[in-house]
Amino acid sequence: MSTQQSLPPNPVETLLRTDRMPHIWCPGCGIGTTMNCFARALQQARLDLDKVVIVSGIGCTGRVAGYAHLDSFHTTHGRAIPFATGLKLANPELTVVVYSGDGDLIAIGGNHFIHAARRNVDLKVICVNNFIYGMTGGQVGPTTPATALTSTTPYGCPEQPFNLPHLAESAGAVYVARWTAYHVRQITHSMVEMFRKSGFCFLEILSPCPTLYQRRNRLGDGLEAMKYYKEASVTRHGAPTKEVALSFQGPIVVGKFVDVERPTYLELLNQQLARALEAQYTGCIEEHVRG
Amino acid sequence: MKADPRGVLSGVHFLDGDQACAEGALAAGCRFAAGYPITPSTEIVERFAQRVPLLGGMFLQMEDELAASIAIQGAVWAGAKAFTVTSGPGFSLMMEHIGYAAMTETPCVIVDVQRGGPSTGLPTLPAQADMQQARWGSHGDYELIALAPNSPQECFDLTIEAFNLAERYRTPVLLMMDEIVGHMTERVEIPPAEQIELVPRRYTTKPPAEYQPFAPEADLVPAMVRAGQGYRFHITGLTHDERGYPTTSVAAHDRLVRRLVAKIRNHAAQLTRVEEHFLEDAEVIVLAYGITSRVALRAVQMARARGIAAGLLRPILIWPFLEARLRQLARRPGLSGILVAEINLGQIVREVERCVGAQVPVQLAGHAGGSVHHPQELFEAIVQMAHAVEIER
Ligand SMILES: Cc1ncc(C[n+]2csc(CCOP(=O)(O)OP(=O)(O)O)c2C)c(N)n1
Ligand code: SF4
Repeated sequence: MSTQQSLPPNPVETLLRTDRMPHIWCPGCGIGTTMNCFARALQQARLDLDKVVIVSGIGCTGRVAGYAHLDSFHTTHGRAIPFATGLKLANPELTVVVYSGDGDLIAIGGNHFIHAARRNVDLKVICVNNFIYGMTGGQVGPTTPATALTSTTPYGCPEQPFNLPHLAESAGAVYVARWTAYHVRQITHSMVEMFRKSGFCFLEILSPCPTLYQRRNRLGDGLEAMKYYKEASVTRHGAPTKEVALSFQGPIVVGKFVDVERPTYLELLNQQLARALEAQYTGCIEEHVRG
Repeated sequence: MKADPRGVLSGVHFLDGDQACAEGALAAGCRFAAGYPITPSTEIVERFAQRVPLLGGMFLQMEDELAASIAIQGAVWAGAKAFTVTSGPGFSLMMEHIGYAAMTETPCVIVDVQRGGPSTGLPTLPAQADMQQARWGSHGDYELIALAPNSPQECFDLTIEAFNLAERYRTPVLLMMDEIVGHMTERVEIPPAEQIELVPRRYTTKPPAEYQPFAPEADLVPAMVRAGQGYRFHITGLTHDERGYPTTSVAAHDRLVRRLVAKIRNHAAQLTRVEEHFLEDAEVIVLAYGITSRVALRAVQMARARGIAAGLLRPILIWPFLEARLRQLARRPGLSGILVAEINLGQIVREVERCVGAQVPVQLAGHAGGSVHHPQELFEAIVQMAHAVEIER
C-alpha cells in the first residue's frame, strides 16, 4: 500500500520517458524545471507531437533529449544546430527544437548558432544558461560572469561573457526572450510563442547549478538561486538587447526582447529558385528529398 | 528498386571525376548535400548545387565541415539520402561525425578527394595519404566501408555503390578519390535509369510498440525509422542498448561495439571488389588502387614485355581490406613478392604485410605526393623484386 498510488498522474508524464527515470540531474538543478515547462508548452500549443523533434548537444542540459518522449536526438558536443538544420530542411513539416547548454550552443557551437540565426532556419533554440560547464565538472564557459569562480578559473574569471540575447538578435534571430528558472509560467508562455512562430527563435533560461556554480561561489543551494532570480529580475519586454548584459549576482533583465517577422531560410530559398529557374522549378523540397 | 529517371543523365559524356561523382549521387537518389568549399573537391558540390534544385533537392553550404558532416545526418534521419564532400583538412574536421554515423548507424556518404598533406599541404595536387585516416580517424572501435575509384567512370559508378552500401549496412561509406581522378576528364557512360539498381532504406515494418531502434536483424543490421512517423525513438552517440537508451553497462557496450564491427567484418568477403590483371602466373604482384593503379598497370605491361611475369591486383573496395583474397594469392607457389604502390609513405602496405605475414616479401613503392609515380620507377621496382628472388634461388 503506498500513498503514491492515490496521487493523480502528472499531466506532463506522457511527454517523459518514464522508463528512464530517475534522471541524472542533481537535487536543486534547474534543468528539470525547464523541461517541465517544455512539456506543458507542448501540451498548450496543441502540436502534433509525432511531428515535434528535439535535438540536443552534449552536457547536463543535453540529456533533455533523452528524457523527452518525442523523436529525439542526442548529437555531438556543439553540433545540435547543424544536425537540426539538416533535419528541418529535409522535412519542413517537423517542428524542430534544439535544447542544450550554454557551453554547447555558444562556445563549441557558437559558429553554428550565429549562422543558423543569420539564415533564419526555422529552429526553436532553448538554451539553459547555468553560467558554467556542468557535465564536465564546473569549468569556465562563455557565459561565466567576470570574477566568478570555476574549476579552471580558481582565481576568478577574467573574461567578459556573451550577452546572449544581444548575440542572437545581432545574428538575425526573429524571436528572443530570457527568463529564469523561477519564471515557470513565463518560460512556458515563451515556448508556446516560439512553437507558433517560424524562423530562428531563441530562449535563454538562467538556471541554477547548485552542485558546481552555486557551491564554488558560495551562493547557497538551488533555493538560494531562486531567491536571487526572484529579487534581481526586472521584466522589461522589448528592452534593447544591448542593455541586458548580465554580471556576477547583478540585476537580471528578463522578458521578450525581440519578436519580428523575416522570411525563413526555406522561404527565401524557394523564392530565389522560383525566380531564377521560373517554370523549371517545381519546388517542394520536402517531397523529393524524402523520396 | 530502380533509379528515378529524373535524376539520371543517361548517355555518353565527357566528365571529370568530380562531376561524375555529383552525377552518381543524383542517380543514386541523393537530393541533399551539405559541404564547405575545398580544393580539389569543390566541383562536386558546384555541379550538385546547379543540378539538384531542378530535381527538388538542395545543396547547403555550411559554415564548416563539422556542420556539413552532421547536417547530412540530420537530413538522413528526416528520410533523405545525403552526402558531403571534402579534402584533407576538411576530412580531418569530419572525423567526429564519421564516428557519430558509425555509432548511430546513420547511412551516409562522405567523399574525400585526396590532396597532399599533412595540414594544408598541396591543395591542388594529388595524394593517397588519407587511407589509414579513413579507417581509423575517428576515436573508438568501429568498421566502415571505403571505396577508391580510378577513373571518372568509376567516380560515377562507385558513388552509386557507396550509397547502396551505406543503406545496406547502415554505415558511413567513404569514397576515397584523389586530385587526379577528380580533375581528369574522360568518357563517362551513364546507363538508363532502369539499369541502375538502388538499395532502398531498410525501414522497419513493425509498429511503434514493437520496434526497438537497435535490435539487429539476422545480418546484424537493425531496421531504421525516420523522424515524424510516431515512433518517438531516441538516438544517441553514447553507448546505448537495443532501445537506443544510453547505458554505461560494460556488457551492453561490448554487445554494441562488437556488433558494429561484426556487421561489416562478417561480410568482408562479400564486400571485396577487385580488378585483376595477369595474376594467373604472376611472380610479382603489384597492389595499387585509385589513380596509382593505372600507372602500375603500365609498369606491369612494361615488365611483361621484358618477360617478367608481373600482375596487378587493384582493390576497388579498400575497407574492409581484401584479406581473404590476398592470403589466397600469397599462398601461390612461384610468387616472389608483392609490391605496393601508393601515393603516401606506407599506409596500405602495412595492411598487406599484416595479411600475408612472412609468406612472401612485401615492398613499398611510396611517393610523398604531388604527382603520380613514374611508370619507369615502378617497372624498375618490379624488375628488382623479380631479380632479388632469382639471385636467392
Ligand atoms: C568535442 C567535445 N569536447 C568536449 C567534450 C566534453 N564536454 C561534455 S559536456 C561539456 C560542456 C557542457 O557544458 P554546457 O554546454 O554549458 O552544458 P551543461 O552541462 O552546463 O548543461 C563538455 C566540454 C565533448 N563531449 N566533446
Ligand atoms: S552538475 Fe549542475 S547543471 Fe549538471 S545536473 Fe548537477 S546541478 Fe544540474
